[in-house]
Amino acid sequence: MSEVLVLVDHIDGEVKKVTFELLTAARRIGEPSAVVVGTPGTAAKVRDALARYGAAKVYAAESEDAVTYLTTPKVDALATLAGSASPAAVLISATVEGKEVAGRLAARLNSGLLVDVVDIDADGVGTQSIFGGAFVVKAKVGNGLPVITVRPGGVEAEEADGAAAEAAVELPAVDAAKSARITGREQIVGGDRPELTEASVVVSGGRGVGSAESFAVVEKLADTLGGAVGASRAAVDSGYYPHQFQVGQTGKTVSPQLYIALGISGAIQHRAGMQTSKTIIAVNKDAEAPIFEIADFGVVGDLFQVAPQLTEAVAKRKG
Amino acid sequence: MNIVVLVKQVPDTWSERKLTDADHTLDRESADAVLDEINERAVEEALKLQEAHGGEVTVLAMGPDRATEAIRKALSMGADKAIHVSDAALHGSDVLATAKVLAKAIGTVEGVDLVIAGNEATDGRAGAIPAILAELLGLPQVTQVRKVEIDGTTVKAERETEEGVAFLEATLPAVVSVTEKINEPRYPSFKGIMAAKKKKVDTLSVADLGLDPAEVGLTGAWSSVLEAAPKPPRSAGQRVEDDGNGGAQIAEYLVGQKLI
Ligand SMILES: Cc1cc2nc3c(=O)[nH]c(=O)nc-3n(C[C@H](O)[C@H](O)[C@H](O)COP(=O)(O)OP(=O)(O)OC[C@H]3O[C@@H](n4cnc5c(N)ncnc54)[C@H](O)[C@@H]3O)c2cc1C
Ligand SMILES: Nc1ncnc2c1ncn2[C@@H]1O[C@H](COP(=O)(O)O)[C@@H](O)[C@H]1O
Repeated sequence: MSEVLVLVDHIDGEVKKVTFELLTAARRIGEPSAVVVGTPGTAAKVRDALARYGAAKVYAAESEDAVTYLTTPKVDALATLAGSASPAAVLISATVEGKEVAGRLAARLNSGLLVDVVDIDADGVGTQSIFGGAFVVKAKVGNGLPVITVRPGGVEAEEADGAAAEAAVELPAVDAAKSARITGREQIVGGDRPELTEASVVVSGGRGVGSAESFAVVEKLADTLGGAVGASRAAVDSGYYPHQFQVGQTGKTVSPQLYIALGISGAIQHRAGMQTSKTIIAVNKDAEAPIFEIADFGVVGDLFQVAPQLTEAVAKRKG
Repeated sequence: MNIVVLVKQVPDTWSERKLTDADHTLDRESADAVLDEINERAVEEALKLQEAHGGEVTVLAMGPDRATEAIRKALSMGADKAIHVSDAALHGSDVLATAKVLAKAIGTVEGVDLVIAGNEATDGRAGAIPAILAELLGLPQVTQVRKVEIDGTTVKAERETEEGVAFLEATLPAVVSVTEKINEPRYPSFKGIMAAKKKKVDTLSVADLGLDPAEVGLTGAWSSVLEAAPKPPRSAGQRVEDDGNGGAQIAEYLVGQKLI
C-alpha cells in the first residue's frame, strides 16, 4: 500500500485534533505516514498520540530552524519526502498556515492542489463546500501528487493501531534571504476553552449581545457545554469580542457537532463560516432573522432570557 | 519603495453566486462584481507605505475585461498605474495557474520592493496565492499580517493565525498579505475618481507574459471538477416562540439529539 503523508499540527508537542482527522482520512487512501516538523525531540513527544490514530510511520524533520522560519521548513520536509517515499497523496489541515504550505508544496512539485475538502474517498476524490455552503463540488487531482487540504471537523477521527516507526528526515539549510524569520510568538490564551476550529460545540454571539460585558452570557453557556466561543463580525467590529474569534467568510470556518447562535442575524457571510455545522440552534428576537432558515431548532426570544435558562438546564443535567 | 498590489474582482457576496453548467467554472456574469473588500485594504496599506517611503504603487489584476472596474477603483483610491492580465485562455485557471501568471506579471514591473495582496479572496478562498508567489518568486513570505512596517531594507510584521500571533522579520523584496484587521480603507475622492480615468492601464495577454496558453486556464488545470451541484438549502427545522421556557426547550431538543 502506498504511503499517504500527513503533516502533523502540533503546539509544543501537543497534537491537534485535526491531525487525527487527517490520519483517519489518509487510511482510506493508503498507509498514513505522519510528518512532524519541529524542534529536536518533538517527534518522540507526539509519537504515541500518532500511533493511536494509525500512523504507520512517523517522519521526524527536526531542527532549531524548523520553528524559527515561516512555512519553508514544512514545505522542505514534505517536498523531500515526496521525492523519497513516492506517496499517493499529501494531506494538510485547511488552516491558515496549512493552506499556505499546501499551495507552496504543490507549486514546488508542480502537482495538483485540492483546497479545503470536507470529505475524501479512497480514490482521492475530495468533496468541497463552496460559496458558503451553497454549492457542493467533487474534484480530483489529475496529474502529479495530489496535495489536499482538509477542513478541520470535516472528517471524524477514528482510532486505529499504527506502528509509528520513526524515521529521520534531513532538512535543507534555510535560505534566510527567501524566508521570513519568526522573532517571537504570542499564543492565543483561550484559557481552558477548546480552540474554535477544533471544538465540537461552538456558542457564538452577535451584535444582539450588546456589549463586551454581556458576552459573559455567551461564555457561560459555552463553558457549561465545554465549547468554544465565537462571534459575528458585527460583534467583533463593535469591540464586544476579539477578532480571532470571528466566525464567517473572513473569519474562521467551523464545523462543530453543535453551533449555537445568540443574537446573530445570519447574514450570508456569517453563514459561510458555520453552515456545515451538524446541528444549528438559534436564538433571536426577530422571527424574520435569516439564521432561522438554517437552524435545526430556533427560539424567537430574548437571548438574555433564553441563554441563561439553557445554561442552567445543561448544568443541572450534568449534575 | 515600489509596490505591486494584487487586486481581484469577485462576485459580490451579497448576490447569488453560481457555477456554470457547462464547465463548472464560476459564473462571473450572473453576479454583481466588486473589488474584493480585502484588496481595498491591501491598496490602502500600499498607499500608506508609499506616503511614508515614496516610490510607486502599481495595481495588478488578472481577470476578464470587466475587471477594469475593480482596477479603476484601486486607481481612484490613489494607486499610480495598473496592469491588467486579460486573455480568454485564462478562463478556468486554478490557483497554481493564477499564481504563475501573477508571478510573470510582477516580473514585468521594475525594481519591486514589495508585493501586497489580500490574505484570502472571497470567491475562491484559496488563501494560498501570496504564499505560492513567494515560492515562485523566491521571496520571503510575510503573510496573514495585521500590522506591517518597513525599517530600511527590513519588513517587520505581525502575523495572526489560529495559533496566535507571530512576529515576523524579512528582508526586502518580500510578499505580504494582509488581513481584515490591517486598516480601514479610504474612500476614493471625487478628484481621485477623475484622476483615475487618465491613469495608465497596461493590458497584457498570456503570450505577452511569455507563457504557453496550455499551461493556464482549464487545459492547464491540475485538478478537475467531476461534479457540482447546488446544495439543497439546509431546511429550517423547528421554531418556537419563547414563552418563558425557550431555554428549557432547547435543552430538551439537545437531549433528544443526544448532544447533551
Ligand atoms: C466582505 C464581507 C465579509 C464579511 N465577513 C463576515 C464574517 O466573517 N463573519 C460575520 O459574522 N460577518 C461577516 N460580514 C458581515 C455580515 O454581512 C453581517 O453584517 C454580520 O454577520 C452581522 O452580524 P450580526 O448578525 O451579529 O449583527 P446584526 O445583523 O445586526 O444582527 C443582530 C441580531 O441580533 C438580534 N438581537 C438583538 N438583540 C437581541 C436579544 N436581546 N436577544 C436575541 N436576539 C437579539 C437582532 O434581531 C438581529 O437579528 C462580512 C461582510 C462583508 C461585506
Ligand atoms: N486573479 C487575481 N488577480 C489579482 N490578484 C489575485 C488574483 N487572485 C488572487 N489574487 C490575490 O491573492 C489574494 C489571495 O487570494 P486567494 O489565494 O485566491 O484566496 C487576493 O486577495 C489577491 O490579492
